[in-house]
Amino acid sequence: MAQANQAAGAALPAADTFDRELWLKRALILLVSAWLVAVVILPLIQLLSKSLFDNHGVFVGLANYVEYFTTPELRRSIGNSVFVSVTTTVISVTLGFLFAYALTRTCIPLKGAFRGLAMMPLFAPTLLNGIALIYLFGRKGLITRGFFGAIPGFDIGLYGSTGIIISEVIFTFPQAMLILSVALRMTDARLYEASQSMGASRLRTFLTVTLPGVKYGLISAIFVCFILAFTDFGAPKVVGGQYNILATDIYKQVIGQQNFTMGAVVSVVLLIPTVLAFVVDRIAQRRQVALIQAKSVPLTPKPDKQVDGFYLAYCSFISLLILAFFATAAYASLVKVWPYKLELGLWHYQFRGTGGGGYGAFFNSVRMACYSAVVGTAVTFFSAYLIEKSRGMRALRQTSYFLSILPLALPGLVIGLAYIFFFNAPGWTFGGITIPNPFNWLYATMGILVLSNIVHFYSVSFLTATTALKQLDKEFETVSESLGVPFHITFFRVTVPVCLPAILEIAMYYFVNSMATVSAVIFLYSADIPLASVAIANMDDAGDIAPACAMSMLVVLANVAVRLLYGLLTRKVNRRTQAWTRR
Amino acid sequence: MKRCSFVAALAAALVLMLSSLALAGEILVYTALEDDEIPVYLDIFKKSHPDIDVKIIRDSTGIVTAKLLAEKDNPQADVVWGTAATSLMLCDQAGMVEPYAPKYLDKVAANMRDSSKVPHWVGIKAWMTGFVTNTVEAERLKMPIPQSYADLIKPIYKGQLIMPNPASSGTGFLTVSAILQLMGEEKGWAYLDKLHENILRYTHSGSKPAKLAGAGEAVVGISFAYRGFMQKAKGEPVVTTFPKEGSGWDVEANALIKKKDIKPEAKAFLDWALSPEVMQAYGKVYPVTAYPSGNPVPDGYPKDPAAQMIKNDFNWAAKNRTRILKEWSARYDGKSDPK
Repeated sequence: MAQANQAAGAALPAADTFDRELWLKRALILLVSAWLVAVVILPLIQLLSKSLFDNHGVFVGLANYVEYFTTPELRRSIGNSVFVSVTTTVISVTLGFLFAYALTRTCIPLKGAFRGLAMMPLFAPTLLNGIALIYLFGRKGLITRGFFGAIPGFDIGLYGSTGIIISEVIFTFPQAMLILSVALRMTDARLYEASQSMGASRLRTFLTVTLPGVKYGLISAIFVCFILAFTDFGAPKVVGGQYNILATDIYKQVIGQQNFTMGAVVSVVLLIPTVLAFVVDRIAQRRQVALIQAKSVPLTPKPDKQVDGFYLAYCSFISLLILAFFATAAYASLVKVWPYKLELGLWHYQFRGTGGGGYGAFFNSVRMACYSAVVGTAVTFFSAYLIEKSRGMRALRQTSYFLSILPLALPGLVIGLAYIFFFNAPGWTFGGITIPNPFNWLYATMGILVLSNIVHFYSVSFLTATTALKQLDKEFETVSESLGVPFHITFFRVTVPVCLPAILEIAMYYFVNSMATVSAVIFLYSADIPLASVAIANMDDAGDIAPACAMSMLVVLANVAVRLLYGLLTRKVNRRTQAWTRR
Repeated sequence: MKRCSFVAALAAALVLMLSSLALAGEILVYTALEDDEIPVYLDIFKKSHPDIDVKIIRDSTGIVTAKLLAEKDNPQADVVWGTAATSLMLCDQAGMVEPYAPKYLDKVAANMRDSSKVPHWVGIKAWMTGFVTNTVEAERLKMPIPQSYADLIKPIYKGQLIMPNPASSGTGFLTVSAILQLMGEEKGWAYLDKLHENILRYTHSGSKPAKLAGAGEAVVGISFAYRGFMQKAKGEPVVTTFPKEGSGWDVEANALIKKKDIKPEAKAFLDWALSPEVMQAYGKVYPVTAYPSGNPVPDGYPKDPAAQMIKNDFNWAAKNRTRILKEWSARYDGKSDPK
């Protein structure tokens, strides 16, 4: 091999650079793997080991777990968590499937508007789901009181599992809808023609063609919804009442009692089903065979009055609900004293006399989201490029790929807690040798917040980048290599411009999620750097629900603004860099 | 030689600079005071100490306590300000407190400070249990305004009371502690069992019950008096009443945290926190302060606020805090929604 390289080197003028390039690429891949190990694996190991020690640092083996499983009020949370997440998953996937079906397989009008509205909940912190529900279904909610007594109201008994399930359905519905839209779009019209010509009924076609075709999308949607609902703590914290679930237990143990050990134990318990779901999903995805072949014919929906009418009504209904949901939150944030003084104004947007940090916190969040978007996009895209477009080092590249999608299984709370343990540790002692912690300086800085966001939202960004890169022929790399063009030139002149739409999408994804997330950062923020989402949680804790609602609206506004900016940019970029895709 | 004197001059200049900067540093203050009081007091501090940068970490009493205890080996805070005396006693037992006699100490009433000659903690004011009732909702549901602990366990209030969790809230703890002291442990727990039947939910903070009552999410919030009056001032339809058996209370106190380098700014802050200027501000909203603030009793409080407060045994409360909270959690914490 070395000889062959040398031989090739002798023949080509750029042999020297070629060789150096190869080694540089290898070193970079090694670096990518090392970075993933440092920010994903090591903190997790630290978390696991923490759960085996008591609060004074004495090794106690599984004693903490024994204590956990023998404390009835803690154990009960496992069943509660499973119950709310399974119920949420069933509802969300059903609703999401119908919505996605309408968008991909029917001829209803306003598809763009429906899709946009259905995605609204993605822009809001989940705490807002809970807060808006209080204004709708709380004891003084619009629905409960029949719009301030205008019509008879009814009380759904919001606080507890009901409230949690409604919030989580709102939170997970867009995710299910997006995944299933992709799955439903990928189909072969010939299958439907065959089914029709064989005289199969609609139901039969659905069961034998449609469902099997989206099987893997369905599995993904189910797991994503389950994991999200299982690990979210924003909404349960607001409307959970006395109904304890695992995610709120971690928060109570760590923040309420500063019992970090028990927090670590609950985190591990929380990790088991999410990792399990992750593994099952991976196995299922590996089995997936290409549905689309060269001969496939895309399915174009045919108008059908009855079907279209039903789906139009359905989509309008769901969109209206989502619209009403956000409108209620916006309205409530402007009302002086809900529900007694309905004058409108900006009182709650002043954040005077409330905790959390007000506008300082909001702008910190904006800064953090910007850093996460810029650094996260650069790191993710470049890593994906190295893993996808390099030759050789197969094992290392596969390991890196696995490490890159692993964060998908890690709840934000677990990342946050693991990061406290890992980055706050002064050092580690192995057999008498103490290694000082090289990352200790990051603790309680903006850096650790950005890092936690990058890792928290790494997998989805990574998969987006990989998909975009896969569409680029490997020939580009081969050709530039043989021409002796350094890979960084190919990267910046070809790869980046061609993938610019995906890069923008990743940046927006990082921004929007970093703005809204509360779970990882609530353990990591310091008094110097208050954050908007944490402020919402703290104001809700103190009972200042209206200002908490106002702050949530600010987060939503910032995210919608960034989404619109993204839309504008994409249009421009498409015009400039994607001309090659058109003829 | 020349070089040497240059170094000496530089060192001298540095020393000078440092000493002139001595009271221009930064201190980290942990507090459980209310979010809307802190800026009012800090504005007063800024006027006399414009160069000291005060960083505040504010949370409910139980959380501040837990945070302090968790950081025992590597304390972060320089000063604890306005946090329950029973909690500071716990920190003191853990050896975290540096005794300090602030300026104006001689004016402080005996029951508002630690009895040691150089006190471990010094109170600034007392806060007490108050029932915050939503008058609109009470009228709609034809409920009388509760006037006593005995009233609260009447069946008419079922599902209409909200109370703070004593593990995280100082207000919650002082109320539970008062009930146990007033009725004795056995009767006290029996009373709390009955009260639990009427409770809609337990909140994390002591102010949230009042705020939820103000928003009509519950009719009565077991909270503290200050909160009720502030809610009323904001325009919420609430009235604050005091249990006729006597209110639980605790002292909001200050302490200096024992650290390797105790900053002079920390001591300056503690001196200021007892000064007449800020005492006057405390007294505007709290009737019982470390020493008379010169203000009349704020509107809505009983004429003799001191008489409203029970005879509180702080030592008993501090000593039994952990046990009481454990018992409380076992009885009420894990119970699912009573509905």
